[in-house]
Amino acid sequence: MPNMSLKRVEMPVQDGKVRSGNIDEVALGYTEEMAVEEANRCLDCKHKPCMQGCPVSIHIPDFIREVKEKNFEKAYEILKSTSSLPAVCGRVCPQENQCEKYCVRAIKGESVGIGRLERFVADWARENLKEETAKIPSNGHKVAVVGAGPSGLTCAGDLAKLGYEVTVFEALHMAGGVLVYGIPEFRLPKSIVQHEIDALEKMGVNIECDSVIGRSETIDELFDEGFEAIFIGSGAGLPNFMGLEGENLKGVFSANEYLTRFNLMKAYQEDSDTPIYRAKKCVVVGGGNVAMDAARSARRLGAEVTIVYRRGMEELPARHEEVEHAMEEGIEFKLLTNPVKVIGKDGWVCGVECVEMELGEPDASGRRRPITKEGSNFVIDCDCMIMAIGTSPNPLLRSTTKGLETNAKGCLLVDEKGMTTRKGVFAGGDAVSGAATVIQAMGAGKKCAASIDEYIQSKL
Amino acid sequence: MVRIVEKKRLNPTVTQMVVEHEKIAKKAKAGQFIILRVDEKGERIPLTIADTDPEKHTVTIIFQIVGATTRKLNELNENDYIHDFVGPLGKPSEIEGLKKVCVIGGGVGCAIAYPTAKALHRQGSDVTTIVGFRNKDLVILEDEFKQVSDRFYIMSDDGSVGEKGVVTNALERLLEKETFDCVIAIGPLVMMKFVALLTKKYNVKTTVSMNPIMIDGTGMCGGCRLSVGGKTKFACVDGPDFDGHEVDFDEAISRNTSYREFEKHAYEKTCALLNKEVQ
Repeated sequence: MPNMSLKRVEMPVQDGKVRSGNIDEVALGYTEEMAVEEANRCLDCKHKPCMQGCPVSIHIPDFIREVKEKNFEKAYEILKSTSSLPAVCGRVCPQENQCEKYCVRAIKGESVGIGRLERFVADWARENLKEETAKIPSNGHKVAVVGAGPSGLTCAGDLAKLGYEVTVFEALHMAGGVLVYGIPEFRLPKSIVQHEIDALEKMGVNIECDSVIGRSETIDELFDEGFEAIFIGSGAGLPNFMGLEGENLKGVFSANEYLTRFNLMKAYQEDSDTPIYRAKKCVVVGGGNVAMDAARSARRLGAEVTIVYRRGMEELPARHEEVEHAMEEGIEFKLLTNPVKVIGKDGWVCGVECVEMELGEPDASGRRRPITKEGSNFVIDCDCMIMAIGTSPNPLLRSTTKGLETNAKGCLLVDEKGMTTRKGVFAGGDAVSGAATVIQAMGAGKKCAASIDEYIQSKL
Repeated sequence: MVRIVEKKRLNPTVTQMVVEHEKIAKKAKAGQFIILRVDEKGERIPLTIADTDPEKHTVTIIFQIVGATTRKLNELNENDYIHDFVGPLGKPSEIEGLKKVCVIGGGVGCAIAYPTAKALHRQGSDVTTIVGFRNKDLVILEDEFKQVSDRFYIMSDDGSVGEKGVVTNALERLLEKETFDCVIAIGPLVMMKFVALLTKKYNVKTTVSMNPIMIDGTGMCGGCRLSVGGKTKFACVDGPDFDGHEVDFDEAISRNTSYREFEKHAYEKTCALLNKEVQ
């Protein structure tokens, strides 16, 4: 009998007050009993509407059916057949806008907690299965992947499964991309990311860290070395700033810098050599997931944090769960507010002058355009300001690779197969789409892996 | 991991290390830098490449022991390994077509000025070099500079070597009589600021090499941002060389002190640890 409860099984979480003082994971995951109970809410619809919302087409009802029967190992096999990073996706995908959005249970009540179940199965497998990843025999073809983030790792994994000899070039000293430098430990424990990367290496994927393609080597040199196709998944790149007076004062950071110090360099640990500013009062500008991550990281380092966003609660682009978690941790939201000037004292930020906004007619993005309320200026005192207002594509590859064309924003142009304007060079993820989500990047990596296989096979 | 093949003390606070790295040795051009991490818990620091030997596959770095990380780096010896070493990063210096150039190096900045002077000399430019140090004990690369310079001037704060005074004294004397296609100044921010102020007066194009706080060095963190001509630029991808007349030096000087308290604390902690090991 299906579980007809309108509400999904609650996910246990660390208490808001407690967790704002540690960096441990916030959401604790389902127990076996909880997972089975939630799985039983799935009606196993014949037309599988949830699947159309998944960028990597996970066979959702199939894996949930196995969870109902406690066949967790089988459930994991189903997940793994289409997603190379289920433990990651179960945590950071915006399921409410993807699979769960199409769930028929959501018409009346809450959708099935697909993401929570995915996470449960992946965690169960990590704890209970000894993965025997047999090395696949090489097919003798070499492919290079630029960037060891979600799109690159997915592409590499899929190609390795087909027998390609894949080398992933990573600019930083550690693989994972945004999963290690951007998303904090309390949302995505780094041991989980490492586990997934270890699995790829066991499959035979070669990861070369400390390699900045475009500088250490160019795309053309990679072809000269015998790589037959190249996938570019170099990510989003340069942080945007607003061009405000005082924005280069000390104490003003991009979210990328702040989060890189916090996550990649583990600056919150006593024995890390990397400094991070431990603010008393911190203003974070922006309303996306990155803004939430920065705010919650600053909170964990002891700051009182205010998030400033120019639109309203409805328009916040961050996942609802992240906003909720931020609020529980005591982060203040100043919505319909926009900074106009950064005020400094002795070279260090001491306040942010803001104006109130109101929402007008919808703009090109379909969201109501914020309009300044003249004369509503006020100042928020702070000793730290973090800008989390998006990124622009990194210019390194397009400026060092002939024939690689971009759009006006600098995003790489690709055809429907994911091939760039250079033959044999494919691209996906934020380098193509501009800042988007982990799962979209993975979807692009997956698509390009199939295209690369087709491309190389067609040349034979 | 890269192996240190040679370590040399250039003066009491400046060390030269030659490391093995085939790709960087073959690829690097004057003006580019590397980022290194001494060990697994180490921070990432940028250092400009002082020299390369494409045949021997070696890269030379020269650093001043100023903080915890450079102190730790200095503890390593020949045949030890540096955990991470990535590059070459940044744009190479634009020296093509320059016929008559004045290269100015200040203190440990000479380590960065030298490869530029060498590259200029190799392409047949007329190279005038002015270097400045606090005193004679701190002089580095004097012979190397002499080999690649048509004229060489050395200044010191106390007159213990060369002429007493600062690099701008020598530069001004030259500018009163002649001009250059370009002045390339590399050294402390204050020195570069005053060189740029002086050359502006004489309307001589001036390039400076900026060395701000940086983490990834590939255009991701935005920590290295500078105001150049009123616009925000990133030293790692737009530089590290910039038009000296456009750089907001006062802002750069201020931003470089962002972590001073932390650095002081870390340095003391590292010293205490190292001293303990010695005991």
